[in-house]
Amino acid sequence: MVQITLDNLAHSYLPNPQSEDDFALKQLDHVWKDGEAYALLGASGCGKSTLLNIISGLLVPSRGRILFGDRDVTHQDTVARNIAQVFQFPVVYDTMSVGDNLAFPLRNRGMAPAAIAAQVQKIAQMIGMEDQLGRKARGLTADAKQKISLGRGMVREDVNAILFDEPLTVIDPHMKWELRTQLKALHNEFGHTMIYVTHDQTEALTFADKVVVMHDGRVVQLGTPEDLFDTPEHTFVGYFIGSPGMNLIDADVAGDTAHCGGHAIDLGGHYRAPQGRVQIGIRPEFVTLTTGDYGLPVTIKRIEDVGRHQILRAEFAGKPINAILPEGFAMPAGANRLHFAPDRINVYADDWRVAPLQAVATPERKAV
Amino acid sequence: MDKVQNNKAWFLVLPVLVLVAFSAVIPLMTVVNYSVQDTFGNNVFFWEGLGWFEQVLTDSRAHSALGRQLAFSGIILAIQIPLGIAIAVCMPKKGFWASVCLVLMALPLLIPWNVVGTIWQIMGRGDIGLVGYSLSAIGIDWNYARDPLHAWITVIVMDVWHWTSLVALLAYAGLQSIPQAYYQAAKIDQASRWSVFRYIELPKMQGVLLIAILLRFMDSFMIYTEPFVVTGGGPGSATSFLSIDLVKMALGQFDLGPAAAFSLMYFLVILLVSWVFYTIMTNLDKAEGR
Repeated sequence: MVQITLDNLAHSYLPNPQSEDDFALKQLDHVWKDGEAYALLGASGCGKSTLLNIISGLLVPSRGRILFGDRDVTHQDTVARNIAQVFQFPVVYDTMSVGDNLAFPLRNRGMAPAAIAAQVQKIAQMIGMEDQLGRKARGLTADAKQKISLGRGMVREDVNAILFDEPLTVIDPHMKWELRTQLKALHNEFGHTMIYVTHDQTEALTFADKVVVMHDGRVVQLGTPEDLFDTPEHTFVGYFIGSPGMNLIDADVAGDTAHCGGHAIDLGGHYRAPQGRVQIGIRPEFVTLTTGDYGLPVTIKRIEDVGRHQILRAEFAGKPINAILPEGFAMPAGANRLHFAPDRINVYADDWRVAPLQAVATPERKAV
Repeated sequence: MDKVQNNKAWFLVLPVLVLVAFSAVIPLMTVVNYSVQDTFGNNVFFWEGLGWFEQVLTDSRAHSALGRQLAFSGIILAIQIPLGIAIAVCMPKKGFWASVCLVLMALPLLIPWNVVGTIWQIMGRGDIGLVGYSLSAIGIDWNYARDPLHAWITVIVMDVWHWTSLVALLAYAGLQSIPQAYYQAAKIDQASRWSVFRYIELPKMQGVLLIAILLRFMDSFMIYTEPFVVTGGGPGSATSFLSIDLVKMALGQFDLGPAAAFSLMYFLVILLVSWVFYTIMTNLDKAEGR
């Protein structure tokens, strides 16, 4: 087990990349700490799988280095890196039995038969297929096949890291939860570094200690689920994480006030007037509906009751803006203004978060 | 409301019935007709019953033709299937050279049968043929018109040259359809090249290989033109496969009755083999859960 360092990494699928747009993975420096569980979150096509394949050694990056500890493994293959990887769609060896499938990576490494049998039994128990070990893998359901793939990924105990490339896509929802719990348990037991690629935020936030959010070939934020929720570093993180995502409103920001179409909004910090396209971001959870002259006047479109709470869909200057209202909240007559909790507002210039110079004194907000 | 039975709808099937009758049923029935009758010419026929069938079934000439036919089909399958797979595995998977290989592989398939026969008939000749002359030059007295073994080798090499491409192209298509993730997973699992072939490529190619075997068996079982052009079924009857023997019987000797009986049994054998393959393939699909 080892710390994995990505040093100046970039990858293009084109032989002679010219502009930055040619790169599937833009320049990246990152350290995956030994023994942590990471989730790699991002929309489809953002470079997640590319990054994963570079780490596992299936792809050689166009630029930069990969270090395992102090060892440069950029040009070493997966065998030398000793990495396990599980793919999005089930990969099973059809003509082998379930047990042989699980034993295959161990046999290829020349492990003793008795040890293999014990390990296969253990993994079979974990994926719930002990009673099917003797059965041919051909003709099993996609679910079962993917469980075998997961099992093959986890069967080696000495790996440097286990990489998962959206492994639960084809699995039933209830089984998803169970398998994720198993993965977590496995992580707690062996302390492998795990990198889990997904585009499902719930999966990412429940599985990982640290979430890496990627957008357009770039890592836009690395942080705990709380960091991603409270202080998204990029507008993409804001609207990708959360349901519904963060509201973003064009504004002029100066000092501790933002002006949106002539309406003043109090901010939780002082800002030196940011340059570029300036937006303020506020999560729907921190938007409240008020009456009177206070707050941003909006056009209310509809209210959706999603069970635990209600979602207010409104519009300001033609752009959608959402608020989360408590369950059973009765709308006051004539309510058409939204109030934003000042210390929950983030300011963005050209999509990147601008840190306030100093926080306005509010007791619950920690200094940034 | 009572359902109206209108059997006139059956008339809609009539065009197909007429077409099939003319294309298949009537020609086949004339053969059936010949197979149970005897004639001495002048269009006068005598009822013969199953006599011709009995004669063919006990005829040592038919037996040896069938034996040669099975040996030929067996040998070319044993060569072409592994060779085709090997070529497919070695072919580049993409890029310029993949296209070049595909075109080169397809070439023999585009050449008409009798031209293939002529090419090899000339190639094998000891006096002017490239192969025959070269062999003679290194001291082998190559003569496919005299030596049965030489005749067999020439016919087999010709068939391998003509048809291995088909197997290779089918196998290649099968290989191309294997998702990249299988190879990646195999790398992660540290599988050897042989394991990749044995556990990924071969099982995934199973479907197309069955089709290849079926096609090659059928085609080789009915082979006529090429050996007829090269050896004419000789020397003696060394390369008289079923079709050649049949034509000798039917047109050379004008034994219409036995030839018709022979044809019908020939047809039934092919039907039987097709059915066996069809059953195997549908069972495989069931096992795959398709």
